[in-house]
Amino acid sequence: MDIQGKKVVLHDMCLRDGMHAKRHQISLDEMVSIASGLDEAGMPLIEVTHGDGLGGSSVNYGFPAHSDEEYLKAVIGAVKNAKISALLLPGIGTVDHLKMAADLGVSTIRVATHCTEADVSEQHIGMASEMGLDTVGFLMMTHMIGAEEIVEQAKLMESYGANCIYCTDSAGYMLPDQVQERIALLRSELKPETELGFHAHHNLSLGVTNSLVAIEHGANRIDGSVAGLGAGAGNTPLEVLVAVLDRMGADHGIDLYKIMDVAEDRVTPIMDHPIRIDRDSLTLGYAGVYSSFLLFAKRAEAKYGVSARDILVELGRRRTVGGQEDMIEDLALDMAKERGLL
Amino acid sequence: MAEKIRAAIIGPGNIGTDLLMKAMRSELIEPVWMVGVDPESPGLARAKEMGMKVTSEGVDGMLPTMREDGVQICFDATSAYVHAENSRKVNEQGALMIDLTPAAIGPFCIPPVNLSDAVAEKCMNVNMVTCGGQATIPMVAAVSRVQSVSYGEIVATVSSKSVGPGTRKNIDEFTRTTAGAVEKVGGARQGKAIIVINPAEPPLIMRDTIHCLTDDEPDQEAIRKSVDDMVAEVQKYVPGYRLKNGPVFDGNRVSMFMEVEGLGDFLPKYAGNLDIMTAAGLRTAEMFAEEILAGRFSPSAA
Repeated sequence: MDIQGKKVVLHDMCLRDGMHAKRHQISLDEMVSIASGLDEAGMPLIEVTHGDGLGGSSVNYGFPAHSDEEYLKAVIGAVKNAKISALLLPGIGTVDHLKMAADLGVSTIRVATHCTEADVSEQHIGMASEMGLDTVGFLMMTHMIGAEEIVEQAKLMESYGANCIYCTDSAGYMLPDQVQERIALLRSELKPETELGFHAHHNLSLGVTNSLVAIEHGANRIDGSVAGLGAGAGNTPLEVLVAVLDRMGADHGIDLYKIMDVAEDRVTPIMDHPIRIDRDSLTLGYAGVYSSFLLFAKRAEAKYGVSARDILVELGRRRTVGGQEDMIEDLALDMAKERGLL
Repeated sequence: MAEKIRAAIIGPGNIGTDLLMKAMRSELIEPVWMVGVDPESPGLARAKEMGMKVTSEGVDGMLPTMREDGVQICFDATSAYVHAENSRKVNEQGALMIDLTPAAIGPFCIPPVNLSDAVAEKCMNVNMVTCGGQATIPMVAAVSRVQSVSYGEIVATVSSKSVGPGTRKNIDEFTRTTAGAVEKVGGARQGKAIIVINPAEPPLIMRDTIHCLTDDEPDQEAIRKSVDDMVAEVQKYVPGYRLKNGPVFDGNRVSMFMEVEGLGDFLPKYAGNLDIMTAAGLRTAEMFAEEILAGRFSPSAA
């Protein structure tokens, strides 16, 4: 594999995807400390939002320790060079949230939909793009459909005004060949000036490998998170990816030792549990399940006595999509009744 | 045959056609007009076959004769953009308007919760909120009539095939309108609405989750009874409205997990989200019709 000299923009997720793993309870001080460390290490983009995007604060997904507004204000005020992005899922957040984030000074809005439902993003992508923001169309759970269908949906987002399209492996399910096929086709079918991104979850331990495959086939933005802090078994651990990119001669602009230190000294200490591939996060990757379902399934196991693995496998079988966290307690109740536990 | 109130349906699409099929069975409503804008519309052709008067010239095509045809109730199943104009025109002809679009220029109406208020106020325009609102707000109200609810949140999950282009283009309207009605009609001090679209095949039946946070410790027995009573009220017009699980009590959280299966008149059964709108619209019309027939209400131009 040759990615020598390729320019890669890394985008850190630990203050957004990592919110899932922290049940949205990261403190403002922790956010500022991690973001400043990343800034000093040369991270160009840092995402800061509730795990489920702007407006995600809810019973369904979890109430955060602070509002999106408070987090964004604190981080934007603390970084010198890094730009800050916010995630928005239509159906959860609205253009009002988008305006709030833009007013606070985010540079990038990422509008996320399930991979087949890009047409719900028209008003949000349109507005972000009109405001002159770096506007990303973020297609989730892309393992569930073929490359041609992804291209169709990506073109919709491109037509609404997205200047960058993400192919997202929300379940950490994709094998390297599947990443290659999707990214290569997107690269050949989208406008040459449209940027292409890849977002992985490390549930099958393929985060780094799949990111390299994506870069090789035309992705120029790669998501990851320092120390892997993210949903499921976490995202592509960025300090590891940086070390590998370094050895392969890719152009990433990050100071390896500094990012290693952020991982070790600032991110790992705030983890509530080790972010690793345990049997449940492995099940996410094996069964193709949205990674943020992990802790919900574990809590349902504790409450209703049905194994998280069984719940997750069933959620995969039913082809649930991102955002259906409310299914988990409902399903656990059904399964507990069937098994005579209730 | 008992006397019925004559009605017109504006918008011969999937919703309008499903509504027509339901209205044909009504003991209180007699649909007489189907109004469209496209002469080639299959919905208009179907309505004509079913004996309706039809026009493809929009509301204007019906206005000259709607009084002599005795139309006293109209349903608007078109779009929020043209609703206000449609409503003004039919109101001038002395017909009240039941709004199935998200325009919401009239008061929100969730039949088992506040329909009697709208009827008592002799409203000339009522709005049916959203599909998610119809499916969930009765449950919020079932809790809030027992004790105060500081926060009500609803999550509606619908099949991809049942979400039309209008909703997709303006999905924020769904979240905003529904959240507003969770407060105004549901009785929660703060409302939140989430919609998730799932493309699975075969399409999933509409499911809804309702979370309420009560100010004080939930009175479990009273809430269970209130919820059961409310489910029975909704089942009167949507027989496939089911409480699957719950109420689950967890501290001050009260959660209900619902499934809404449609009657499968014109729309497929999984599209309970659309069925509950047409059924609630018709239910609303029937309540007004009862008042009109009893001589307690005479719709008229303001």
